[in-house]
Amino acid sequence: MMRKLVQNAAFTVFWMAGLGAVLIMLSVVGYVVFKGFADITPEFFTTSPRGGLSGEGGIQSTIVTTIYLVLLTLLVATPLGVGAGIYLVEYADQAKGGFMKRVTSAARFGVETLAGVPSIIFGLFGYALFVTALKLGFSLASAALAGSCLIIPVIIRTTEEALKAVPDSYREGSLALGASRWETIWKVILPSAFPGITTGIVLGAGRIVSETAIFFVTLGGSYRTPTSLLASGRSMALHVYYLAMETRAFDKAMATAAVLVVLVILMNLSINMISRRISRDTR
Amino acid sequence: MEQVRLTTRDYSLFYGEFRALNGISLSIPANRITAFIGPSGCGKSTLLRSFNRMNELIPGVRTEGTVLLDDGDIFKEDVVNLRKRVGMVFQRPNPFPKSIFDNVTYGPRVHGVRNRSKLAAIAEESLTRAALWDEVKDQLHKSAMALSGGQQQRLCIARAIAVSPEVILMDEPASALDPVATIKIEELMNTLKEKYTIVIVTHNMQQAARVSDFTAFLLTDENRAGNMVEFGPTNRIFTSPSDRRTEDYITGRFG
Repeated sequence: MMRKLVQNAAFTVFWMAGLGAVLIMLSVVGYVVFKGFADITPEFFTTSPRGGLSGEGGIQSTIVTTIYLVLLTLLVATPLGVGAGIYLVEYADQAKGGFMKRVTSAARFGVETLAGVPSIIFGLFGYALFVTALKLGFSLASAALAGSCLIIPVIIRTTEEALKAVPDSYREGSLALGASRWETIWKVILPSAFPGITTGIVLGAGRIVSETAIFFVTLGGSYRTPTSLLASGRSMALHVYYLAMETRAFDKAMATAAVLVVLVILMNLSINMISRRISRDTR
Repeated sequence: MEQVRLTTRDYSLFYGEFRALNGISLSIPANRITAFIGPSGCGKSTLLRSFNRMNELIPGVRTEGTVLLDDGDIFKEDVVNLRKRVGMVFQRPNPFPKSIFDNVTYGPRVHGVRNRSKLAAIAEESLTRAALWDEVKDQLHKSAMALSGGQQQRLCIARAIAVSPEVILMDEPASALDPVATIKIEELMNTLKEKYTIVIVTHNMQQAARVSDFTAFLLTDENRAGNMVEFGPTNRIFTSPSDRRTEDYITGRFG
């Protein structure tokens, strides 16, 4: 009798906790979307911010900047991150000699640590190195390089996980047929790991879309559409910050945030679709 | 006198400091089925994997002695070329998550065959030899993962055959299969030996007795190193073994 009571009490507590978590999340997203969408018109997407204290105008240039920023960052971070992940899983254990082993374990530790570092630290690093020392200024280039530093650990880790999930029997089967290590990776392992690696890349893109602090100190804040790699700009997340802190247009901040939230939800949905494809294909 | 395809002379293998195989000397005849039997951990799979140098994938492996394929030292041969000549079928069917056609033609493609009709011919020939063609000829572009376990294993045999090896190593090829699929694999081995030299590791002594022409019995010594106790024609090993330990093992007194 007592046990049943405890069981029911435990169930109720966990159920309430779960419900509470979902409610908090829904109210944040719901509030932003509900409030934000009230101010969204077609012009909001097709005009650029006009600057000034009133915060007038739409978000066109910030959408374009966000897209530029995501693409540029992925262009840098994807080859480096995926390459490093492949090295760590497929080659590192074959490394001969104590030196390479030490380098590899240092790299692993570095990746673990960097994945947990707050983004503003990457921002400060980017500011010191790219903005100041390399004289790239507040620019797309600085922001994309700093953003790459932020998401490379994410991409490395998801690539590693995806590669480790590929059964060793595939590797053995391919090598036993006389394929080289590289042919095995390129023709058998990467195709199997592709959905997982894609998930990592989309996660990275999501980080770039939603991060603010790191771009505050690398991208600058110009509300114009950047015309070169060395031009400053304003991503959507950054625009929300500027609108909220430096203008009176809190409604516009909300509207931009709503667009941002929807975008992030869409990206997460795409990750879900990819992972569902993984489980379907390996069944 | 049988023609010899594979020879080991005083061959030992170490994992770091641990000696896993101890001074193995044997000659595996061409176009015959040779079975390695022995209790778990006796080194029979390690010995099998020596012939295509798969043990080298494990860090810290070191060997002593000689292993010859025909008359060539396999450790001096290019490993890619060696594995082309010595194919392998694993314990669990391991088709790639690709189509049946892409699985069979994987090896030839890796070795440079690009011509589509040539690949198609290789696929048909290999699948026919592996007794799978009739079952899959209308679904070559279906995923290999959709096949049954027994079909997958025959596909893996076809995949090994497709690179025209001289030797096929089979590491307990039927242990993950049901009895019907097992019989099919065994029948297949019997037809394959006309063209290939087959070396099989098996846990199942009836299987060794049924399919093999020669049997090697391996056993660990007091240092857990694998030693070859006896090697000879299968019917002699199973009817009048010369070593007491072989007799004890095949009569089921241990292992």
